[in-house]
Amino acid sequence: MTTTAPPAGTRSVPEHSPGEARGPRRPGRIRRIGLPYLLLLPALLLELLVHLVPMVIGVAMSFKELTQFYIRDWGTAPWSGTGNYRLAVDFHGAVGEALLHSFLVTVVFTLLSVSLCWLIGTAAALYLQDNFRGRGVLRTIFLVPYALPVYAAVITWAFMFQHDNGLVNHVLHDQLHLTDEPSFWLIGDNSFYALLIVSVWKGWPFAFLIVMAGLQNIPKELYEAAALDGAGMLQQIRRITLPSLRPVNQVLVLVLFLWTFNDFNTPYVLFGKSAPAAADLISIHIYQSSFVTWNFGTGSAMSVLLLLFLLIVTGGYLLLTSRGRKTPDV
Amino acid sequence: MSSTAEAPRTSRRHPAPSPMAPPRSFLWSRRLFLTLLTGFVLLPVYVMVSSSLKPLQDVSGKFRWLPSGLTIRPYIDIWSTVPLARYFVNSLIVAGTATVCSVVIAVFAAYAVSRYSFRGKRVFTVTVLSTQMFPGILFLLPLFLIYVNIGNATGVALFGSRGGLILTYLTFSLPFSIWMLIGYFDSVPRDLDEAALVDGCGPLGALFRVVVPAAMPGIVAVAVYAFMTAWGEVLFASVMTNDNTRTLAVGLQGYSTLNDVYWNQIMAASLVVSVPVVAGFLLLQRYLVAGLTAGAVK
Repeated sequence: MTTTAPPAGTRSVPEHSPGEARGPRRPGRIRRIGLPYLLLLPALLLELLVHLVPMVIGVAMSFKELTQFYIRDWGTAPWSGTGNYRLAVDFHGAVGEALLHSFLVTVVFTLLSVSLCWLIGTAAALYLQDNFRGRGVLRTIFLVPYALPVYAAVITWAFMFQHDNGLVNHVLHDQLHLTDEPSFWLIGDNSFYALLIVSVWKGWPFAFLIVMAGLQNIPKELYEAAALDGAGMLQQIRRITLPSLRPVNQVLVLVLFLWTFNDFNTPYVLFGKSAPAAADLISIHIYQSSFVTWNFGTGSAMSVLLLLFLLIVTGGYLLLTSRGRKTPDV
Repeated sequence: MSSTAEAPRTSRRHPAPSPMAPPRSFLWSRRLFLTLLTGFVLLPVYVMVSSSLKPLQDVSGKFRWLPSGLTIRPYIDIWSTVPLARYFVNSLIVAGTATVCSVVIAVFAAYAVSRYSFRGKRVFTVTVLSTQMFPGILFLLPLFLIYVNIGNATGVALFGSRGGLILTYLTFSLPFSIWMLIGYFDSVPRDLDEAALVDGCGPLGALFRVVVPAAMPGIVAVAVYAFMTAWGEVLFASVMTNDNTRTLAVGLQGYSTLNDVYWNQIMAASLVVSVPVVAGFLLLQRYLVAGLTAGAVK
């Protein structure tokens, strides 16, 4: 423990593998070169089995006419060329129109949810920066939505949004008299807001956690210097805190975006197998197209289109946000 | 990790980060914001706890803030309305096994990436990380087919079994775990494992006697993350399990498919299944925050 620590970020400094310092019992060259691969092997095999091979198969499936008759032996399903894709992007047909609608709903939903999660998480992290009484307790409370299993939390929200016996209607209608009639929250247009509220409730603590961790890495001296120069609190936040958080935010916003866009659990537990049109997120939509109608080919084509969209957005986002500063060693 | 921790302490360094006394308006806005947010966060928790102690008529009729009478009946009935104990055991087996395997495999992989330079390292890390971006629904259909076909070809039942679920969940938590552990291992000084190597440990000895103990907070963080991932997953659990292997994520919905919706029992069951994870998380949150700081925020 008395050794001097190397500077942070030694990851990119290569060629000093521990094996070289071993003296007489130095193992053979092959073993030394093979060791890292051996260590990686289990992870690699699992990634292949569960992530990469299924992805390749998924792409292949999207070119097949894969209905319930061919599930047991999917290789025998007839090729359909680009039929599934044409079906999915034919926005005048029923399937394509529903997919486009679901896609647009998901985009709006994701933008709103991510912005709110980021705003609330950042504000909470900033407010909890100073040491005051009850700060530790609040921090623990704020992490509860993140710690609760999704289904337990969302099922509770589903109870709160019930038409007859839910808390939300009781407060809005019976106690505050804001509505003429008790509203429906889990069907119809309101379901979008219900989903958004649950998603933000569930998602903001992650932003809070990450921003909090990021704030700890900002040197205090920066604030002191700014204060000496007469910068007020808001100015310190604008000139020091937010710019320093930029690399953290770059990753955070991307992760939040991908998680929210791909979220299946929340709508599935909140609405059950068939989500109302106003809250028909893309994951649920594809799930339904595949498992309810047993048409795996079209479902796969939709998944591949979704993946392409996410790849383009992620690539563009990283290019845009990394411009003008050194590429981070992620 | 934070490079400021070692910065020389100056006499100007106060315990409070901001050297200026915060203005009054700031204190008020903080009080208001934090009060509202606490209310928002705790509202479902209150509903869950209070409803789980209510008699059935309280949760079937108009919502009541306070129960008409307290009862622990729901906590007794939840075990017989649906086979909750079986779901619980299934979830424990699946999440526990997936966590242990995931942590061990992630430790090996992260050690290789952190300490060795080899061909394909960059490809490996980028590929593994980018799988995080893929929608679960994309894997669901092919994985379903792969497991069914492996079952048909070899007789190893992956589909519908706990084994298939364990395999799936442990892979789901791998990318983030590896990423976090690389960051953590990088912060463990190399001199430490080199000293161990000089003392005659093999590379694995150095890993388990020196690096792993030094990176314990990161490993705890990864374990908590892996367990939470497996415990809370719904999509694959709903497709890949049968009556015997059903986990809590799916089983909990059994209370609402019956004629009567036993909301008090649903709330009691939700609370019971949340306790292991929430308690574990809150006990270990310090490590998780530290692990995130080292691994994710660099």
